Amino acid sequence: MGSSMIESALGIGTLSILVWLPILGGLLLLVLGRSENRPGEKGSGGRLDRWVALAVSVLTFVLSVPLWTQFDSSTATMQFVERLPWIRTFNVEYYLGVDGFSMPLILLTTFLTPIVVLAGWQVIEKRTAQYFAAFLILEGLMIGVFAALDALLFYVFWEAMLIPMFIIIGVWGGERRVYATMKFFLYTFLGSVFMLVALIYLYLKSGSYSILDFQNLPLTLTEQILIFLAFLFAFAVKVPMWPVHTWLPDAHVEAPTGGSVILAAVLLKMGGYGFIRFSLPITPDASSELDWLMISLSLVAVVYIGLVALVQKDMKKLIAYSSIAHMGFVTLGFFVGWQILERTGTTAGIAMGLSGGMFQMISHGFISGALFLCVGVLYDRLHSRQIADYGGVVNTMPRFAAFMVLFALANAGLPGTSGFVGEFLVILAVFKAGFWYAFLAATTLILGAAYTLWMVKRVVFGAVANEGVAGLSDASGRELLILALVAAGVLGLGLWPAPLADVMAASVDHLALQITQSKLAGAL
Amino acid sequence: MERIYLAIVLCPLIAALVAGLFGRQIGRAGAHTVTILGVGASFILSLLVLKDQWLDGAAAYNGTVYTWAVVDGVTMNVGFLVDRLTALMMVVVTSVSLMVHVYTIGYMHDDPGYQRFFSYISLFTFAMLTLVMANNFLQLFFGWEAVGLVSYLLIGFWYTRPTAIVANLKAFLVNRVGDFGFLLGIALILMATGSLDYATVFASAPEMSTQTIEVWSGVPWSVMTVACLLLFVGAMGKSAQMPLHVWLPDSMEGPTPISALIHAATMVTAGVFMVARMSPLFEYSETALSVVLVIGATTALFTGFLGVVQNDIKRVVAYSTLSQLGYMTAALGASAYAAGVFHLMTHAFFKALLFLAAGSVIVAMHHEQDIRKMGGLRKYLPITWLTCLIGTLSLIGLPGFSGFFSKDALIEAVGHAHRAGATYAWWCLLIGVFVTALYSFRMYFLVFHGPERLDAETKAHLHESPWVITLPLVLLAIPSAIIGWPTIAPVVFGDYFGSAIMVLERNDVLGELAGEFDGPWAYILHAFSAPVPYLAFAGALTAWYLYLRNPGLAETVRLRFRWLHTLLMNKYYFDDFNDKVLARGSRGLGNLFWQLGDVLVIDGGFVNGSARLVGWAAQVSRQLQSGYLYHYAFAMIIGLAVLVGWLLLGA
Repeated sequence: MGSSMIESALGIGTLSILVWLPILGGLLLLVLGRSENRPGEKGSGGRLDRWVALAVSVLTFVLSVPLWTQFDSSTATMQFVERLPWIRTFNVEYYLGVDGFSMPLILLTTFLTPIVVLAGWQVIEKRTAQYFAAFLILEGLMIGVFAALDALLFYVFWEAMLIPMFIIIGVWGGERRVYATMKFFLYTFLGSVFMLVALIYLYLKSGSYSILDFQNLPLTLTEQILIFLAFLFAFAVKVPMWPVHTWLPDAHVEAPTGGSVILAAVLLKMGGYGFIRFSLPITPDASSELDWLMISLSLVAVVYIGLVALVQKDMKKLIAYSSIAHMGFVTLGFFVGWQILERTGTTAGIAMGLSGGMFQMISHGFISGALFLCVGVLYDRLHSRQIADYGGVVNTMPRFAAFMVLFALANAGLPGTSGFVGEFLVILAVFKAGFWYAFLAATTLILGAAYTLWMVKRVVFGAVANEGVAGLSDASGRELLILALVAAGVLGLGLWPAPLADVMAASVDHLALQITQSKLAGAL
Repeated sequence: MERIYLAIVLCPLIAALVAGLFGRQIGRAGAHTVTILGVGASFILSLLVLKDQWLDGAAAYNGTVYTWAVVDGVTMNVGFLVDRLTALMMVVVTSVSLMVHVYTIGYMHDDPGYQRFFSYISLFTFAMLTLVMANNFLQLFFGWEAVGLVSYLLIGFWYTRPTAIVANLKAFLVNRVGDFGFLLGIALILMATGSLDYATVFASAPEMSTQTIEVWSGVPWSVMTVACLLLFVGAMGKSAQMPLHVWLPDSMEGPTPISALIHAATMVTAGVFMVARMSPLFEYSETALSVVLVIGATTALFTGFLGVVQNDIKRVVAYSTLSQLGYMTAALGASAYAAGVFHLMTHAFFKALLFLAAGSVIVAMHHEQDIRKMGGLRKYLPITWLTCLIGTLSLIGLPGFSGFFSKDALIEAVGHAHRAGATYAWWCLLIGVFVTALYSFRMYFLVFHGPERLDAETKAHLHESPWVITLPLVLLAIPSAIIGWPTIAPVVFGDYFGSAIMVLERNDVLGELAGEFDGPWAYILHAFSAPVPYLAFAGALTAWYLYLRNPGLAETVRLRFRWLHTLLMNKYYFDDFNDKVLARGSRGLGNLFWQLGDVLVIDGGFVNGSARLVGWAAQVSRQLQSGYLYHYAFAMIIGLAVLVGWLLLGA
């Protein structure tokens, strides 16, 4: 494949290419953009920027495909590993690698970035070069987060990733963008500080920054609980879990369409990924000890947030709350294992919960991204996100409406779409932990359908509500293309999830084993 | 045969995709041609499957098409189980669907959404076939929700009508309440048996019936009872059993062909089919079967009453459908699965016929649906009239018509059932016979007989529908009249179903009755020794007296029992309860959580609170930054002392 050619030619690995290619592309754009923004030379400027951005992001996607095709799904060990010393004094390494958890998330990122570039194709009018550059740099940093196996490297990517995101919301956002950016910043930054402390502690204890070493490190229960809580704050904000979720609706409302898509589709997955990579394997006993907390918060997210979503008047807020409710399934699936073990006495079902959570993350990436794209299509035309400003869109935009209804049904978890797979697996698993857990989780069948389809009824169906809707033009070829690409993902994953289940299986089983083995024995 | 099974499912799907995606290119004629070919092929192949299963006695087929996913050691497949129960359902689904496809050419003739409509009904046929042919719970659930989806799309087909898009949302959500229980039932079955495949699950049913689960801590319940009740919640949603019946009357907002296909003949019977399919499970739970019996019987009687006061022609038929679904469900509850499925089959024909006839009347009346504005249509619409009469006679169970055989068999079975609630159920069903005849003939007389209450404009244009509409009526009238004769012996009292339906020896009421069965003629004569046919005659006679002979009396009765009329007109206030308590309550709770929880406490309290805290801390620390070096040095010394002290004491 292409990447192996470059690999052999330049002597650098696939993951490094995936991390640095978009970042360099973004920097290049910044340089190009500045030179083209000279006075008297406007107009054609943006056009080159977006073609460069598209080319870089598509190339990154193409180069990421071998991660899937050459992936050995029979093992849970890290693959495509690159390991170089970075800061020798502190034993910090440039250490990259992927397993069945991170590889699909990287592909999700590389798949969605070109779509985001296309979504901003004509819409972004000011500072196009910087806009696209921010997304490319963000892409590289996000891939870095998923690929990093050195904790400090992970932390650097994790924090650096926030910067382009602030800029995207703060510069190209809506009216209250400053408020939203500040809220976003405070929440996420405050969360990460605790994580840094925990990581340094783990380094002092193990003498290495390797996350895999952390996973094998014996820890006492007190240590584990403190570390778990430190991680929890960082990851819970990102997921986001109730009650540290209130930044998300504001951030979404103010973010430009592309920002919302990446925020919902990839950034929210950082939290879930953190639980898988750090909390569960590093502090299994604390996770087991505090699983009641995690399960409760997850169920609160499903029910409470589901009801809150029902009464939203702003489409983006509604989808944001819907995201939080859906993420509840991720954390529920991840943390339900010990209850299953306690109730049934067997480990059967633990891996199903973990897989269900992973499926929910990937699927939510597609569906929430798609719904934000849909809102973007409408917003670009009428400059309103209020449900009340629409009605009868199907009359003037039939093709667009077909896609929006499809994604709405996927959001409601219709079998045959990806939205079903994660919820189904998690509910199957959670039932083993107790009837009422499953009962509360399954309310999403009703609530999810209620808030999503009620919105569809008010926005898409009905007679033409006003002159604005009457004057709408149906989605353009570019818009239909991006919606169709995501729709292919939603349907493909829903009708045949086996390939994804297979690449994750070994890693899921390994993690299921890790979390059921106490680390207390070796700890002093 | 595997290829044939696959073709049966895929033909309608491909046709639906072609008509849906390329509707503009292939045009109206192209759309109906391709979908009719697709469904027609399915129908013919289904007949082949029925022949193979029934006449040739082929063994049941159980095979995988592809592996959906393997998760945590559980293999989830997409595959087919084709036995005699499946074969029967396949023929019913594809034959009614084919009739409806042809009928639609006439009914939707002027509709701008012509291609879309054909695409949807073909897609529905695909979804329904995957449901009935499933060999595992995953695919069952897929088909279950997929038919619900198409129903949603079709009820809201005329999406500019406010009532239609309320009705389709309502239908979807009420069905989701059912699916909620259904999914939990599937989860329990997976937990108890470790598999989602029918064959494995059914094989472990005896073992499963000994397990218990503590839904309430300390109270062990039978796993089988809980699982069956949860599954039945799903059936209550799909097959519109009380109290989840509220969506079906409103679904009449959809075009009439789909009322016939989806909301009478096929989709709404999915719940009945599912329980019959799950007979190896239900048989082990006496409690669950009693619940099924009581809910079915209650639905049969009480929704029948509602049919008497409706004035919209489609709604009368819709309430009649609810009532008949109750009959089928009651039969299941009496362990007379075969009788329930038999009634499902005859009902599919005569109810589809009644709906399509109603549609023919509606077209002739220029979309007037109020039966009070009709009357005397018999001479204008001779074919519609005659076929509608056949359908009505079959519905009320006139001896000899197919509806008679199925209804009489199931009432008798319920009468012989030994389980709790059987007596109550039997009385409900008996009174229901009278009510059925009353509302059916009320509608029939008001539409086709008596004075012509239509306006001159409508009257001038009144004429019989074109052949594409009347042909399906005639083709459906034939089985409505006679299909009971050749089928009752093998299906109900014989061994048609063989191993497809499992009945425990102690529950086998149909087996007990089979001893007395001596052919259809004897069965008709035998029926006259029971009250059923007399009740039907009495109902029809009452309708004749009240609505033709002495119309003033109906009005007097209405005024006399005004409270009852109000109660019935308000449909026992189910809708009001759902709107005012459930829907408004959820929104109220949502607003409360949002405004109080998110905005006031979390944002107002914690977030802005901590922002203020930071601001306050900044104020304080600004004081600390005095600029005097000795202040800093002093602070450092204190800090160092604290740190050292902590380290020393801590060690």
